[in-house]
Amino acid sequence: MSLVGAFAASHAPGITGRPSLPPTGESEPIFRAYAELRSRLEAARPDVLVVVSPEHWANFFLDNMPSFCIGIAEEFSGPTDEKFVDIQRRNVRGNTRLARALAEGIAEDVDLSTSQEMVFDHGVMLPLHLLRTELPVIPIIVNCLAGMPAPLHRCHALGVAIRRTVDGWPERVALLATGGLSHWPAMPESGQIGIDFDRRFLDSFLSGKIESFLRYPKEKLEAEAGPGGHEIRTWITIAGAAGGARGSLLAYQPVPAWSTGCAVAVLEIEQSAQEANDSSA
Amino acid sequence: MSLYEVQKLLFHVNREPRMLERFLHERETMIAEYRLTEEEQRALLETDFRCLYEMGVHSLLLGPLAATLGLSFPDYLAILRGHQP
Repeated sequence: MSLVGAFAASHAPGITGRPSLPPTGESEPIFRAYAELRSRLEAARPDVLVVVSPEHWANFFLDNMPSFCIGIAEEFSGPTDEKFVDIQRRNVRGNTRLARALAEGIAEDVDLSTSQEMVFDHGVMLPLHLLRTELPVIPIIVNCLAGMPAPLHRCHALGVAIRRTVDGWPERVALLATGGLSHWPAMPESGQIGIDFDRRFLDSFLSGKIESFLRYPKEKLEAEAGPGGHEIRTWITIAGAAGGARGSLLAYQPVPAWSTGCAVAVLEIEQSAQEANDSSA
Repeated sequence: MSLYEVQKLLFHVNREPRMLERFLHERETMIAEYRLTEEEQRALLETDFRCLYEMGVHSLLLGPLAATLGLSFPDYLAILRGHQP
């Protein structure tokens, strides 16, 4: 069996860094959705979690900013921005064999770099913390930050390449995209939220029709969803991996005190005939 | 204008505990190792978040540093907006 789950969730640092700042009517739906996501993840019984995340100056700077980078180390550590998210730094196990296989497989279609020494910031660590998972993690970092982020349609192609490689892998693999939706992070405009953009994006994402966003103009994206809106790249990546699967929304909640249109969602991965047989056996 | 150098310094401070230590305890010496204008040096010496933001420093190099230095997020935003917290 290969792909057993595809999940997506916002990683706003405020969720753990400033949990009590928003009204509970805004924060509770997100905490509940993360708890539900945790149940879904456990129910999928993965052996390994591939986390598709932006990063925020944890590893890469403007001297060399890869579009896509997969971490192939045996171990990682994070978060680097402990005080920002109020999460204690710890080590996280990797899965070198699958990471290397993924790197080789993906490279058939999409150029990506590899890293044998990577640290995690809140993009990876905040979801891991809330999901309370000890699964081995393979990070795939997508530049959503600076320099020249890959076009949105290339992120979709990355997802397709991930799926092609994961299919047939003997371990059970779950995918988690983190980031978004609209936000103006840590800047004077923080608190502004592009609710209309977020809802349109979620409609496409959840109905398995992400195509309409693959050529979304950069200026329009930034005007409607803020600089943080570039993080829809990770959601688009797992939509590519899910191959048009529909999804369910566990929560969408604009939370100005967390500076983010927060969303948590699950894509329904179809079980292969083989898996159906395995389950019934 | 050496925005690149300012951002590089902040990248190092945020990422490397050793550089954060130097930023906290021997800031003047550390700052002198980067190619900065006088105004950039002043903004870094005084941790003038508003000035750094307005000169074009990426906000995600500033927000986490503010938290590391013990500034609350609402106070940090107030400073960026030109209000005294």
